[in-house]
Amino acid sequence: MQAKQRYILLFLSCAFLALCYFGGYRLKGLFPDRGRHWPSLDCYMDSEELMEHRAFWSLPPKQRQEEAKANTVREQCRMETCFDFSKCVSGFKVYIHPVEETVAMSSTYRKILNVITESRYHTTDASQACLFILGLDTLDRDSLSSDYVRGMQSKLNSLPHWNGGQNHIIFNFYSGTWPDYTEDLGMDIGRAILAKASISVQNYRPSFDISLPLVHKEHLERGGDILPIYAENIPAASKSYLLAFKGKRYVYGIGSETRNSLYHLHNSRDVIMVTTCKHGKSWKELKDERCEEDNAEYDRYDYEILLHNSTFCLVPRGRRLGSFRFIEVLQAGCIPVLLSNNWVIPFSEIIDWKTSAIWADERLLLQVPDIVRSIEAERVMALRQQSQLLWHMYFSSIDRIIFTTLEIVRQRIQQHLWRDGRVWNSFPGGLVTLPDYTDTPSRLPWNQQSSQFTAVIYSQYQTGSPLVPATSSGPLLHLLRVVSRSQHVARIVVVWASDAPKPPPARWPSLTRGIPLHIVVPQQKQNIGERFRPLDLIETDAVFSLDEDATLTTDEIDFAFHVWRHFPERIVGFPARTHYWDDTKAQWGYTSKWTNEYSMVLTGAAIYHRYYHTLYTDWLSPLLHKTVDQSRNCEDILINFLVSHVTRQPPIKVSQRKQYKNSNLSAVARSPWNDPDHFLQRQTCLNTFVALFGYMPLIRSAVRFDPVLFKDPVSNLRKKYRQMESVHN
Amino acid sequence: MKGKCPKSFTVFTENSSSFTNRTIVTFNFRHFFLGFAYLLLFIFLALSILLWVPLHTRHSLEPSVLLERASLDHLPELVVLNNSLSFATQKNCTYYTCFDVYKCSHTHSGRIGVYVYPVVEFVDKDKVPITKKITSEFYNILKAITKSMYFTSDPNEACLFIPTIDLLNQNRIRPKDVGKALSSLPYWNEGRNHLIFNILPGSMPEYHPFLEVDIGYAMMTSGGFSSLTYRSGFDVSVPVYSPLAAELRTQSSQDRNWLVISSQPYIHEDFREVISEMAAEHPGFLVLNSCGSSPLDTKLRCRDEETYNFPDILMNATFCLVVRGARLGQPTLMESLAAGCIPVVVSDSYVLPYEEVIDWKSAVLQLYEDDLSKMMDLLRGVSSDRISEMRQKGNWIYTRYFTSMERIALTTLRIINDRVFPHIGRSYSDWNDPPIERRHLTYKTFALPMGPPRSQGFTAVVLTYDRLESLFHVLERISKAPSLAKIVIVWNNQFKDPPPISSWPRLPKPLQIVRTKRNQLSNRFYPFPEIETEAILAMDDDIIMLTTDELEFGFEVWRQFPDRIVGFPSRTHVWDGFNHRWKYESEWTNNVSMVLTGAAFYHRVYNYYYSSAMPGDIKSWVDDHMNCEDIAMNFLVANLTGKAPIKVAPRKKFKCPECVNADLLSVDLSDMTAHMAERSECINRFADIYGRLPLRSVEFRADPVLFKDNLPDAFKRFNEIGSL
Repeated sequence: MQAKQRYILLFLSCAFLALCYFGGYRLKGLFPDRGRHWPSLDCYMDSEELMEHRAFWSLPPKQRQEEAKANTVREQCRMETCFDFSKCVSGFKVYIHPVEETVAMSSTYRKILNVITESRYHTTDASQACLFILGLDTLDRDSLSSDYVRGMQSKLNSLPHWNGGQNHIIFNFYSGTWPDYTEDLGMDIGRAILAKASISVQNYRPSFDISLPLVHKEHLERGGDILPIYAENIPAASKSYLLAFKGKRYVYGIGSETRNSLYHLHNSRDVIMVTTCKHGKSWKELKDERCEEDNAEYDRYDYEILLHNSTFCLVPRGRRLGSFRFIEVLQAGCIPVLLSNNWVIPFSEIIDWKTSAIWADERLLLQVPDIVRSIEAERVMALRQQSQLLWHMYFSSIDRIIFTTLEIVRQRIQQHLWRDGRVWNSFPGGLVTLPDYTDTPSRLPWNQQSSQFTAVIYSQYQTGSPLVPATSSGPLLHLLRVVSRSQHVARIVVVWASDAPKPPPARWPSLTRGIPLHIVVPQQKQNIGERFRPLDLIETDAVFSLDEDATLTTDEIDFAFHVWRHFPERIVGFPARTHYWDDTKAQWGYTSKWTNEYSMVLTGAAIYHRYYHTLYTDWLSPLLHKTVDQSRNCEDILINFLVSHVTRQPPIKVSQRKQYKNSNLSAVARSPWNDPDHFLQRQTCLNTFVALFGYMPLIRSAVRFDPVLFKDPVSNLRKKYRQMESVHN
Repeated sequence: MKGKCPKSFTVFTENSSSFTNRTIVTFNFRHFFLGFAYLLLFIFLALSILLWVPLHTRHSLEPSVLLERASLDHLPELVVLNNSLSFATQKNCTYYTCFDVYKCSHTHSGRIGVYVYPVVEFVDKDKVPITKKITSEFYNILKAITKSMYFTSDPNEACLFIPTIDLLNQNRIRPKDVGKALSSLPYWNEGRNHLIFNILPGSMPEYHPFLEVDIGYAMMTSGGFSSLTYRSGFDVSVPVYSPLAAELRTQSSQDRNWLVISSQPYIHEDFREVISEMAAEHPGFLVLNSCGSSPLDTKLRCRDEETYNFPDILMNATFCLVVRGARLGQPTLMESLAAGCIPVVVSDSYVLPYEEVIDWKSAVLQLYEDDLSKMMDLLRGVSSDRISEMRQKGNWIYTRYFTSMERIALTTLRIINDRVFPHIGRSYSDWNDPPIERRHLTYKTFALPMGPPRSQGFTAVVLTYDRLESLFHVLERISKAPSLAKIVIVWNNQFKDPPPISSWPRLPKPLQIVRTKRNQLSNRFYPFPEIETEAILAMDDDIIMLTTDELEFGFEVWRQFPDRIVGFPSRTHVWDGFNHRWKYESEWTNNVSMVLTGAAFYHRVYNYYYSSAMPGDIKSWVDDHMNCEDIAMNFLVANLTGKAPIKVAPRKKFKCPECVNADLLSVDLSDMTAHMAERSECINRFADIYGRLPLRSVEFRADPVLFKDNLPDAFKRFNEIGSL
């Protein structure tokens, strides 16, 4: 090796060592926290605190709680201190104090009381009640208003069950008056829960009060079906305006600031902000220099058309924080742009308004158009759908608003219940999701698929002994055999509602593959709604409901089940009926004729989710049950109403079959189908149901589902559901 | 152990990397030394670059508040004057009244600027520090913020200010002096836009649920808020950080033998009584206490003589009881979540961590203190489905927002950022749903149960290249459909202009021609602003056999199923067990898993998804191969919805009636087998990209109610169904 190389090598080695020596500490600088052993920093909480070792309680929790319950002031009311849970142990019932006829009552409050009285929550027994509602109108507590009820305090104190307001809900829309519009009701509500419009964050008692939307006198009492963006007369696709507002401005006083500066945003092209100074009597004396100009511009736009044709609509505060705009904007299918600082948005405890409204800040008013413009088309679509959904589920009628309020309170009482934000914010919403049915959303019809069904056969006509020729011909026996041949049947339940005694077990056939057969005798045989009673025997999600004389083939049963698995929230079945509006009688009509559309599928041969049994029995108003019980009819119409009301979708008819009744049996037995009165009765039912639901929930469909190769010109051998090819009407 | 974190700092051990180069091992020493020399030279250069370059750049980037660990030991001292005034905490503050939003430059960044004060040590006039030494948790908060995207070193740009006085634990500070120290901060401004980090508020004996320091208009985080004093939308509730929880590496535990564990060492007698009563009755209830021999050992718990390791024991239980202690918030909440044990929170008026954004209902069970005695009955009624859902949700929340002080600090900033820029803030689903669930849930376009009304109609989008004759034929046919609102022609031919208006057929419906820049198949799925209706009818320019009744009926079906592809030519996929791959099938089968977009209705939102959210390289692959765009669309929709498409009306021979089995694309028909093979290849390719086969198959099709019924045609609304 040459010396030169050695020297180079030596030099390089030295340089390397030097670099390591001098550069090393710099290298550590690269990893400031890891390079060195630092004396470890303290933990914010030492072992003693972590173990709460010497924690000292000035007051034991029990005692503290007792004191809190005894001395709580209004502002500090919470469920645990101001609410008596022991009243709710036996159930969630609502008692309404007797209404004093001498005291005036607004139409809205009357609607609220009506809705509760007719609901499943209502009780007339105060000792059973968990919640109490006043019979006195507290909606308008603006002392200048004509609806203001005077002497409220003494009226309250004389109520027998007032009890310092405990377990009461007080509804209120307006509080305070000119000039400061405070949130004071002018009465001592004690420990009552306040359900109020225009609550501010500062006055809102979290998890105790409820923020309500402000509603018009014309707001529907119940029903409220139509989704504005899908109403026939509204251009849903592209709207001419981006952002709109039309309303009063106050020129002076509380809440006038924002509205007075709206004109800055107005550009008469896509952002329309028109205000008028005309309000009250003395506007002329107080008008400012813009008033004339504004008034002229204001008259150029029609309010309804403007809202319907705008993508976003401003919801600014008025004198009070909440305004009618909120409801109006939702009703018009417009996306609300909230501009009311410190307002507690209605039902914000359960509703995620981030996905259904744009939040703006009054202080940054001028940025609103930019913010709205920056939202991409996809999100606009989602916002519009979601805001419409919320409108539909919780705001479209008084009953929905009130039931939402009650359900929020119920959720607070039973804190452990599972109905979370996801349930409340997606279709079909918290009002039709019964937390008692299951404790996980995945078991509900709109999330669930099951691989088997339980056949529930309802037997009521058997007079003599239909099982006598135990060999073949009895229609029930035939049906049992057909059903048991299905691959998907888990169990067969016969609901024996006939007056004839139940045949002994020996008389029943044994079914193939050991499918269990159960005979159930309902408690009240004459009560036709018993066929929808939730039975523990029904373990599968799918219920195949059959009349004893139904004539179906096994292929049809399998095919219907296959279709149902893809639409588990609907009724899927064979006998289709439709409703129509009878102009001559000005009422709804019912027909079983072969038409191009249908809106009901009768449960004589239909498959649906067992959750509807629970809804039918526990959720429907007692008045609806009464109608069915009295007429001993129409239970199948009612369940169609129920499912359509919940899903907002029509049922599904499968296969070509129209006749599904065994005509032989119907002829001999006392079948109500041959009775013309029976038909009239159904017509009456239909109209009663519409009145009680508040609208016509049924939806028509022109679609029926057939197997893919149904009646196609290919060999039958290639088809899966061959029996269906030969079914004649 | 006392006074230190149970978990010590991880010490960095440098890997002494030996540079043995095995490839040059040779007997030739000369080569060896030369090689060694070059190697040294290389290392020398590399190290020089490594040392100088990043150090310089880092210095230029690093803020003036260098949060070097080293600097914490020699902090500059600042004397708090006794006569300085503090400004009392404003109990009624809301975001709108106490937060100066004008400071947050509303540029298009949508991000707040956060300034962190330089770390100094505040002392009183006797040079006694007013707080104990900075804690590791607070140091981690500061470090996380300075490293975050929100950080700014310029106080003029900042919208949020973080004082660097460590107030995490009220017991470690002198509240009065701290208030004065805060108000001496240069940008204090009575506390506006300041954020105070606290976890343990209150001190003996009252344990007030708020930090007893005068912070003026400042916001505050705390781990023990009560709903009585929590300023909703202004303060931020954070978890009580447990250093023990971080030591739990895994959450999965097979044997959760205990139904419920009560592991808190100190529970007040009032609760203890109820708990032991329940435990006596239910063997599934394990009640632990601190150990008599070593009451301060945080990692041991005892039941009588048995000792258990903590927090590991929590992994053996399904539920973990979290009862209020002297303070409302308890570290056990975090420990239980870390252990995959569902917390049962019994603490009246306690504001759960991040309650503003997190929906705790799906992750914890809450009980009123009065209801504690009913706990066992409730827990035994919880279904196993719900248990696993809650555990998953808790796990997700824990890993996303809880695991370290860094995360806790950043989550807090994120919440405040969302308040300042609510229109781009995260939604409920963004905060609460794991990404897998979100795929279906954020899917809000079909939130509504029904489709648009008939009156809105549909837009026919016809892709064409140069087959004018058949195109005109198609246009004449479809324009007869009453529900057609508009026709949009996507002119994909760059070499030829569309013919003049005069030569187009006269149609009763508006027609628009869109010219494209390149001849790509994905142009047919572009979200053209010309499409104004929600329904799109995608048509090939050679589908001439559809009748008006069929189109109208198809639209009718689509309105009931607006989230699905509803159309005429159907295909299916089958598993080829011999070759172990999927096969494309166009024969007459009993199944439908795809509906081709040669003649199909679908919602226009899918155009957005196709253009912007198509996974992998599917889109470019389709354009390169000029094939399978319809399969890609079917995959996309099936993946988003988990639903099958719907075939309408019986099968027809599409395309020219004479070409048997013709598939629907502008390919040379002689090359049919190759074409089919390529489409099979597409299915396999796309399934790989999605990681699964999203297609679902059904055995039904949609027909009109009176289809094939023995009724005169006059009674039927749709007559020409399936006819040729």
